[in-house]
Parts: sequence; structure tokens; C-alpha cells
Amino acid sequence: METVTMTLVQQPELYFECYSVTPDLFADKTLAEIALLPAHEGKIVWKLGDFFKFEGKPGATAEETRIVVNGDVRKMKRFGQQMTGGEILINSDADMYVGCWMRGGKITVKGNADAFLGIAMEGGEITVEGDATNHVGSAYRGDWRGMSGGLIRVKGKAGNDIGTAMTGGTIIIEGDVFIHVLTHAEGGTVIIKGDVEGRVGGQMVKGDAYVLGNILYPLPGFKKIGTVEKEVDGQTYTFHQYIGDLGERKGKKKGEVIYGNIYLKA
Amino acid sequence: MPKVIENVGCPYCGCSCDDVRVTVSDDGLKVLEVENVCAIGHEIFKHGSSDHRIRLPRLRQPDGSMKEISYEEAIEWTAQHLHKAKKPLMYGFGSTNCEGQAAAGRVMETAGGMLDNCATICHGPSFLAIFDNGYPSCTLGEVKNRADVIVYWGSNPAHAHPRHMSRYSIFPRGFFTEKGHKKRTIIVIDPRFTDTANVADIHLQVKQGHDYELFNAFRMVVNGHAADLPDEVAGIKKEQILEVSGIMTKARFGTVFFGMGLTHTDGRNHNIDIAISLTRDLNKITKWTIMAMRGHYNIAGPGVVWSWTFGFPYCLDLTKQNYAHMNPGETSSVDMAMRDEVDMFINIGSDAGAHFPIPAVKHLKKHPWVTIDPSINMASEISDLHIPVCICGVDVGGIVYRMDNVPIQFRKVIEPQGLLDDETLLNRIADRLEELKAQEA
Amino acid sequence: MSEMLIKNGYVFDPISGIKGDKTDIAIKDGKIVEKVSSKAKIIDAAGKTVMAGGCEIHAHVAGPKVNAGRTMRPEDKLFRGSYRGGIVKQGKRMEMGFSIPSTWKTGYAYARMGYAFTNEAAMPPLLAPHVHEEFRDTPIIDQAAMPVFGNNWFCLEYLKNKEIENNAAYVAWLLKSTFGFGIKVVNPGGTEAWGWGENCVDIHDPVPYFDITPAEIIKGLIETNEYLGLPHSVHLHGNNLGNPGNYEHTIETLKLASEYKPKNKFGREQVLHNTHLQFFSYKGDSWGTFASAAKEVMDYVNKTDTLTVDLGCVTLDETTTMTADGPFEHHLNQLNHLKWSNVDVELETGSGVVPYVYDKDIAVCGIQWAIGLELALYAKDLMRVHITTDHPNAGPFTRYPRIIKWLMSKKAREATLDTMKRKEKIIKSTDLAGMDRELGLYDIAMMTRAGPAKALGLSNIYGSLKAGADANVAIYNLDATKLPTDPELIENAFSNTLYTIKEGVIVVQNGEIVAEPQKHTIWTKVSVPENAQVMRDIKEKFTKSYTVNLENYAVFDEHVHNPRAIEVEFSA
Repeated sequence: METVTMTLVQQPELYFECYSVTPDLFADKTLAEIALLPAHEGKIVWKLGDFFKFEGKPGATAEETRIVVNGDVRKMKRFGQQMTGGEILINSDADMYVGCWMRGGKITVKGNADAFLGIAMEGGEITVEGDATNHVGSAYRGDWRGMSGGLIRVKGKAGNDIGTAMTGGTIIIEGDVFIHVLTHAEGGTVIIKGDVEGRVGGQMVKGDAYVLGNILYPLPGFKKIGTVEKEVDGQTYTFHQYIGDLGERKGKKKGEVIYGNIYLKA
Repeated sequence: MPKVIENVGCPYCGCSCDDVRVTVSDDGLKVLEVENVCAIGHEIFKHGSSDHRIRLPRLRQPDGSMKEISYEEAIEWTAQHLHKAKKPLMYGFGSTNCEGQAAAGRVMETAGGMLDNCATICHGPSFLAIFDNGYPSCTLGEVKNRADVIVYWGSNPAHAHPRHMSRYSIFPRGFFTEKGHKKRTIIVIDPRFTDTANVADIHLQVKQGHDYELFNAFRMVVNGHAADLPDEVAGIKKEQILEVSGIMTKARFGTVFFGMGLTHTDGRNHNIDIAISLTRDLNKITKWTIMAMRGHYNIAGPGVVWSWTFGFPYCLDLTKQNYAHMNPGETSSVDMAMRDEVDMFINIGSDAGAHFPIPAVKHLKKHPWVTIDPSINMASEISDLHIPVCICGVDVGGIVYRMDNVPIQFRKVIEPQGLLDDETLLNRIADRLEELKAQEA
Repeated sequence: MSEMLIKNGYVFDPISGIKGDKTDIAIKDGKIVEKVSSKAKIIDAAGKTVMAGGCEIHAHVAGPKVNAGRTMRPEDKLFRGSYRGGIVKQGKRMEMGFSIPSTWKTGYAYARMGYAFTNEAAMPPLLAPHVHEEFRDTPIIDQAAMPVFGNNWFCLEYLKNKEIENNAAYVAWLLKSTFGFGIKVVNPGGTEAWGWGENCVDIHDPVPYFDITPAEIIKGLIETNEYLGLPHSVHLHGNNLGNPGNYEHTIETLKLASEYKPKNKFGREQVLHNTHLQFFSYKGDSWGTFASAAKEVMDYVNKTDTLTVDLGCVTLDETTTMTADGPFEHHLNQLNHLKWSNVDVELETGSGVVPYVYDKDIAVCGIQWAIGLELALYAKDLMRVHITTDHPNAGPFTRYPRIIKWLMSKKAREATLDTMKRKEKIIKSTDLAGMDRELGLYDIAMMTRAGPAKALGLSNIYGSLKAGADANVAIYNLDATKLPTDPELIENAFSNTLYTIKEGVIVVQNGEIVAEPQKHTIWTKVSVPENAQVMRDIKEKFTKSYTVNLENYAVFDEHVHNPRAIEVEFSA
């Protein structure tokens, strides 16, 4: 694996769109070519080289390319957009859309990440050491096909809309979450290690929510069917199992009705 | 001799009443009398011909005072600043005609900026819900002619849409509803006992912020899981939930009207989303529709016009020139203002000075601020430039979209006396912008 | 004024009867003429194919339910982070959307395919101003819109009482109020029933309260249409759309037209146009036994020359269904569980919108795809069978070049069939795999310009290269004497013209928009004598049941863009 290190040389006046910062677009290019890649600030089209200086070199392919971003990039969006492989390490906070529409590879954010983290992710891995905000592993507006694969881990807390319209993949939030987990989901797994204020599994047809803390306002549409032991993120716990959403249409597998599940730590 | 003009449209609320009668002076300059309107509509017509109308643009001077300038100078100022800005935002359109809204689309596409309307602080969550879950609705005449059950959920038309209940929903005698309100059941769901709740047959005093759970409960009943209901949901007892569900499933034709009670409490779009799911569930058994109580007489307009122009109804990012992008939360006016993400602001047919959060206003005020509006309002009083325009329905006509997206053709009742209308003004700004861009190329 | 001469092209013009001969086309002052002076601008079309501008007979491109589709589907513009169907700006405005294009993209995309005219498939009369606003913002192409009548309370009452004269007066009044073009009928009676959540799936099912059957509605409107002598015939989307086994009901519906003769001064020879026939040509009693009835249906169409049809071909895309068949859309949502919008319109009609994915690996979708093509390949008279996708219901209109490719190349059909997971089942349930017929350019010209123009009663203006017609011409990069062996090149050629000329102005050159002259709104103006009864009925219904005042109902002149009336001199 080869590494390109990009270091911020000046802050944008507004916000900056780093849709070109992906292993796919850096691979097999010279540093001079990478510096010419476009980035928008409002309607102005800059070159990455206007805001960053570059060192190292990329790999021949996305898989073999690692990007390290140094400097405070909390006003920069869309790192890793649609990437298929390779790695990105961001050594500060990042703005919206980290790992948007990601298909493979690995992103690590050392600070906090803003909204739409891993939107419609299909594969790969995102780790945020700080907090996320709203719309983690969500779907684009109107698309019934949300996150379908991959793993998002947020070590801090998150806001609302975790895994909305999810169909596959895993989201782990180690802190607390606000409301709306797995809303409209048709698959996928969300693990919340802290507390959730409410609305877990609303309008869910299929999917699994694991909550290790408390749900302050559980939905009436979920009913308890028993107690089970399950392993979650490397540890085994006892959970109360709830099925639902009873108010939603039901999925069927081989003629049998299947429900979404909420596993609430006992 | 004063003239009576009939079939006039009222430019106030989403009822977009078109049966107003206006008597104007012989010289066509003053409104003398207005009939068939509610009190608020009445004010708009009187204000339209008052002596206090601003008739020329005003530019902020270094000492803070405002000085009158010509429309030409105002157009030049606006075009220059739009051209220079990296990410200008034009917001408003609560009170503009569609022709103006179409011209605004042209301006901001040419300028490469952001374009948004009042839905962003109002029924934006309804749009988000429609994106995710569709919108099974109807025109207001269907409600008038067929409905026997009306639900106002998180909505208080007695205050916000004064003639709604009498023209469309509760009191009118329609084709299949000859007995009017006597054969209609009215249900109001609201944490407060409002004036609308006062005329309801049933008032469910839902716990504020927990409408989603109550919708979930109704859906459980409709989908055959009444037995799994807890004793109380969102402050409403199981017996009442069963009673109201029964009324809804036995209705011949029901409509849910909803407002800020759903859009502006926790969950926002999800509250409307689940209401739409419930409406869809009810359509398996009988006939139900749902309708957003749009606030202004043509706030549906920009949603309609920009959908056919750009494919999106609000929160438009036109900075990429070749295509439009939309993602409320990122491209929405208040979010961008709070993050200090725009560097010029045009407030049109609305009052962001009054309606945006103070920190947002403070950020926007750091940059050039233009207000295009017939009236003096909070936005105009902190603007760098205030451009007055005609009032749709008073001194300019045009097409407006009622809350049910029915186009109503408005007329003008008095002469504009030198005032420009939005469409003309905005097209001239766009023309000048094209010139500036061509010069640069 | 301006003269143009298109020289040396291989011309295909069924209206004039030119079948690929090398012919010059002369243009002067926006019209086709016999000849021009030596000062004419020369366009060299040597080795290229020349046809009249395309004439679209049925597409949902402008109006409230089309727009409801746009609003509810942000993901039709952005999917997985990439912009769908968008293109780098060519004309004055940006182009957005894949299955439901923006109005600007609609005009530009049709122009790039060589089209000059589109007939908006359905206009709810109360919302006519909306349709006209969208027409204003659709560049280049001329447009007309058909108001819907099959669920209209006035028509239901007049036809129940067999009052053809009154119905005709109302129809003429409504065409004038809405600046509409012709009589569209969608799911007659069924959409009124949907006002109560019900439907009419059979032409003999009575409509609740109004107590009239769809058969009576259809026949009454055909009688009305011929009584008035309108340019186009009744344009029907019948009952029972989309259900397995519906083909017998379809033929029964078509037979309703058999007793009528066309009466008009526009050269129209049909009394009924059945639209998107693909959705009505199904055998089987369930989705499991779903199969093609294209042959049975076309046997009837072929022997009945007072019928025209358009195909409604499935293009195997993710698209959006939208139709005034409100109950059908609800039914579709119950099948695919995708978001559903609905707009019922007081006294007049309804509509629904649901996204749909025609997945090539699902047997039913593959069979639907085959049926659309079979209908054309079984057809005897291609002037009476027109290419459409019921845009966007079976696919976007931008796929017409792909349909042309499939119709012209068996190899292309086989290649698509080969990609289908359920190929065996599809072959068993359809005839397509065994059909060798390949259409030629003259056939395509019949199906995409001459035929639709004639059926619309507009062939003296559109779809024709005869002197006097509007100078709308498309020049395609195809050597008619040596068609490419690679069928993809056929699709490419029809997607982007070398030239599109609209009323003598070059609007597209090498697949790019180069000019945007003003377009026209075509509407039908019938002068009927004053009918006091009908005017009283109209006033009564507006006072009692509508929520818009009568004086605000008719579209104001200032809101109709560049109107061009087709005048019908009515004589009893």
C-alpha cells in the first residue's frame, strides 16, 4: 500500500467539497495530477492543490492507495465519495457525507463527523472516533434502498435517523442516540450501546436493533416474545426480544410471517 | 363611479379563496371595499392601496439610513453582487406568483446559487415524507362533496386558515354531502384545546411530541393487532384509540388535514410519513386522503414550479451549473445560515428577519442582503437593499397554487403605478447577470 | 424569407409515399414547399436518412400528476451519488431527471431524437392552467393536451340520458376552456368509483350512483366525437389494465367501436385509438401463468381498420408509473410496496403515481417486454400502430431509439433475451423468440411520424414532408442503403440527429441543441351553437360542487403559450 499525505494550507471561506479525495481518483496519478483534481466552494471550482500540499504517492489501484488528511478539515465534505477500495485517514473533524455511497475500503475519522455519514453505503468500513450527528448510514431522500452493506462504527454519540430505509450492513453507535433507529428498514443491523430516546423500529419490515442501554419511549408496535442470549460486537448478553412493527406490513419467508426485531439488554 | 371586480383571488392563506369581491375607485388606484374575505385577507387588499406603500427601491447608506434609488440601479446592484458571490441564497416565495417563481429559477441557475422557499421552515418535513412515502391526496372539492369524517391533526384552521372549515371541510353542502356538518364527524388531535377543537366531535389531547406513537397505535388496530395495544399511548387511552379507529375504518370518505403540530415536533418528517402510511392502510378498507395545510396562498407554487424546472421542490443547490442538487439538512436555508455557508442573501416575498433563528439572521447579516417585498418588514429593515414589488392578486395577476395544488388564476384589481412585478424584476436581473457572465468569458 | 434545401438524402415519408428515394426537401418560411431559389441554404444529407419530424401521440410530459411524480422522486435525479439522466448543459436551461424529465429536458430530448410534436396524454380540466405553464417551459416542441372525459360528472349524466347533443356542447365548451385538443378516456367510470375506493374492472360494471357502465361511456363519447367531427378520435385507456388474462376484455372493448364510422375533415380514418396496448394484451389467470396475447389482440386490430393503437413498450428500466387510472395505481402499490401518490380531482378524474422497476430478471417483466414488440411485429398496417412507452409508465421516451433497434434487429432482441435470467419461461410464454420479422425505415417512419399525425388529424401540419406541412425535418446518421450490422448504431443514430429542423430553423445539429425558437400550443376550437341547458348545468355544478368559481375556470388567454387553434366547423 502506498500513501499520499495531504496537508491543509488554507481554510476555505465557506465550505469545501472534497468529492475528488478518494483512492479511486488518486490511484495511478502523479502528485501534480492529483493537485489538479477539482473541488467546489459554492460555484467556484478550485483545484485540490489550491488548498492542500501533497506528499508521497498513490498506489496503482484504489485498493493499494492510502490517503492521510492533515489539518483541520471540519469544513470539508464528501471525503471518500463512492470509493471502492483503499484507505482514508482524516486527522480532525470532518463535515458532511464522509464515505457517501461507499462501496469498499476503509475510512477513519479521528474527530467528529457531520450529517449523512455513510449515506447509502454498499460496502467497506467507516470508523468515527468522535461523535456523528444525524442521518448515519441513511438513504438519499426518496430512495427506498438505503445502506445495504458495510460497517459504520461511531465511538461517540449520534443524533436522529440511524439506518433509515436500511437493507443490509451494520451500524454500531457506542454512545447515546436521539430518535428514529431503523425507520422503514427492510434489513440490516443497528447496535446502540448507549440509550435511545425513542422510535426504534418504526415502520420496520425487517432488521435487527440491539440496544444495550434504555429506550425511553418504546413504540407500541413492538411486543415482547421472550428472552435470548446473543453475541453482539464480540460480547454476549441477555436480551429481551421484541418483534414488530405490528403496525406495518409484514414480510414473508417461505410462507411464514417474519418480523423485525428489537433486542433490549435485560 | 367605483368599479366592482368579482371572482378575485385572495393572497393570504393556503385556502386561496377566489370568490372575493373588490370595489375599487374609479381611477383604478384605490381599494374601497372588500367582501367575502376573512379579516386577514381584508387587510391585504387595504394595505395594497394604502398611501404607505413603498414605491421605489431603497439602498442602505454608510450612515445606516435608506436612500431611494431607481429600479435600474437596484437591478445593477443585485446582479453585481450575485455575480461576485460564491454561494448566494435566494429564499422566500410565500407571496409571489408562479411567473415570478419561474423567473427566480432562471436567476439562480444563471447565478449558480442556492434557491429555497418557505417550506424550508414550514412544510419541508411534509416534502421529506412525500419523498419517502408518497402522497395519497385529492382536491378540496372532493372533501367538500364526499367526506363524512374529517381529522385535523396538529392543525388549527380556526386561526391559520379562517375560511377552510366553511368553504371546504366541515360546513359546506356538497354533491354527496347535502346535510353539511350534521352528517360529518370532526376529530381534532392536538395537545391544546384550540378553537378548532372547540367545534370537534372528538378531541384527542395527544402528549406533545408523541404523535408518531399514536399513529403507530392506529396502524396496529387497522392492521389487525388491536389486541396488542397497551392501555395508553401518547396520553390517549386504549378505549379512545379503538373508538377513533372504528370511526376511521367505518368512514365513507375521510381526510386528514395536518399542520405544524406534526411538522415541527420531534421526528418531523417521520410524523407525516407515518400519517401517510396510516392513510394508505385505510385505503385497503375504505377511502381516505391526506392533505398538508399549506400556509400561504401560493407557497405550493415554488414547489410545483421548481419541480418541473429542476426536479426538486425546495432546497435547491444550483451551484454546479449543469445540474441541480437537493438534500435538506445540507442545502436548506436555515442550516446553511447557521453554518455560515452562504455569502449573499436575497429574501423575497417573505420575512426571514422575523422567521429565521436569530443566530441564522446574524450570520446572514454579515453578507450583502437584499429584500424583495412590497412591505416594510424585519428583513427589509436590516437589508442593504429593499426592492418593492407588486402584490399578487392586488396589483399584478398570475397563477397561484392552492394548498391542494389546484392552480387558481389571480387577477389584479388596482394599477401598479410604476411598481415592477417579481417576474419582470427577476428577469431583468437574470438578463444583466447573463451580460456580466458573457463579459467575463 | 429564409429558404433551405436538404439535398440528396434518402427520404422516408409515408404521407407523400416516398419510400427511401433520394429526394430533395425544400423549405421556405417555415413550411415545406415544392422548390426554392438558388439562394437557399444547403444542407447536404447525402448518405443519410431523412424523415419528417417525429410526432408523439401519447406521453405524460406536462401536468399535475407528472409533476407529482417529479416532486416525490428525488432519487430519479440522484441515485447512488450519480446524477441520473442528466447531461452537460446544451440549451438555455439545465436538464434533469431520468424517468420523469424536467420540462426543459423534455423539449431538448425530444428535439435531439428528431421530434417536433407531443400530445400530452391526459389533462385534468380543473388543473389545465398547470399544464399550460409547463408547456410554456417546454422548449422547441409543439404540444397539445387531451382533457379527460371518461369520469367527468357532466358526461356521466348526459350519456346516461343519451343526450349526445348536450354532451357535445359540453365537450366543445371544455375543449375551449382548457385549450384542449381531444377526448381522452381513462378507466371510464372506474376512476369515479375510486372516489369511493372502488373500481370498474369490466366495461359492464355500473358506476356507483351515476349508474352508467363504462361501455355506455365509451360509446357515448365516440358518438360525441364523431358528432362534432374532431380532428382526433376518442383516445382510450380502457378498463382492466394490467391484469393477467385481460385480453378478452380488451377485444370486447375494441368491439364497442365497430358500429361507428369516422366523420371529420382531417383525414382521420379511425373512430377509436387504444393506447398502450401492451398493458391490455395479457393471457393467464395469475402472475404465474402470465403470457402474451399479442397475436389474438392484433388479429382483431389488423382486420378492423377503424382502430389505431400505440404500443406502450416496456424498456426494462426503473421508471415511474402514472395514470388517471387511480385504482390501478393503488393496486400496483399493494403489489410492489413502493411509495404511492394519488390525486382525485373533484367532478372530473383522479390519478396515481408509483415507481416501478421493470427488472429484466423477473419473468413477468420479460414477458411484458416481449408483448410490446410482438404487437408491432404482428401488425399488418403500421400506419395504425405507433411506437410509445406510455412514457414514463413502461419506460422513458428517451428509449424510443432502443425500441426502434429491437424492432429493426432480431439480433438485438436475441441479445436482450439472452441477458434474462428467466429466459426459458419468457420464451415459453411469448412468441417473440420465433419471430424473424425485422422492420425497415419506412415502417419506422409510419410508426413514429406519419401514422400518429394521421390518427391525430394533424397530418397536414405534422409528420409529413408534403408541400404545405410545417417544415419539421429530422436527418439521421443512417445510410438507408447500407444499414449497420451493429444494432447499437441504429439506437445511437435515432438518439441524436445530425439535424433537427423545426419550422425551418435548425434546432439540433450533431446531437446538440443550437436554437430554441418559440413553440406552439395546439388546441381544438369547435364552434357549436349556444346550448342554454348545458350552460345552466355548468353554472349549477360550479355553484354547488366545484371549489373554484366558474369565471376563474377557463384558462385565461395570457396563460396559453402561442396558441394555434385547429378549427372545426361544426355542422349538425
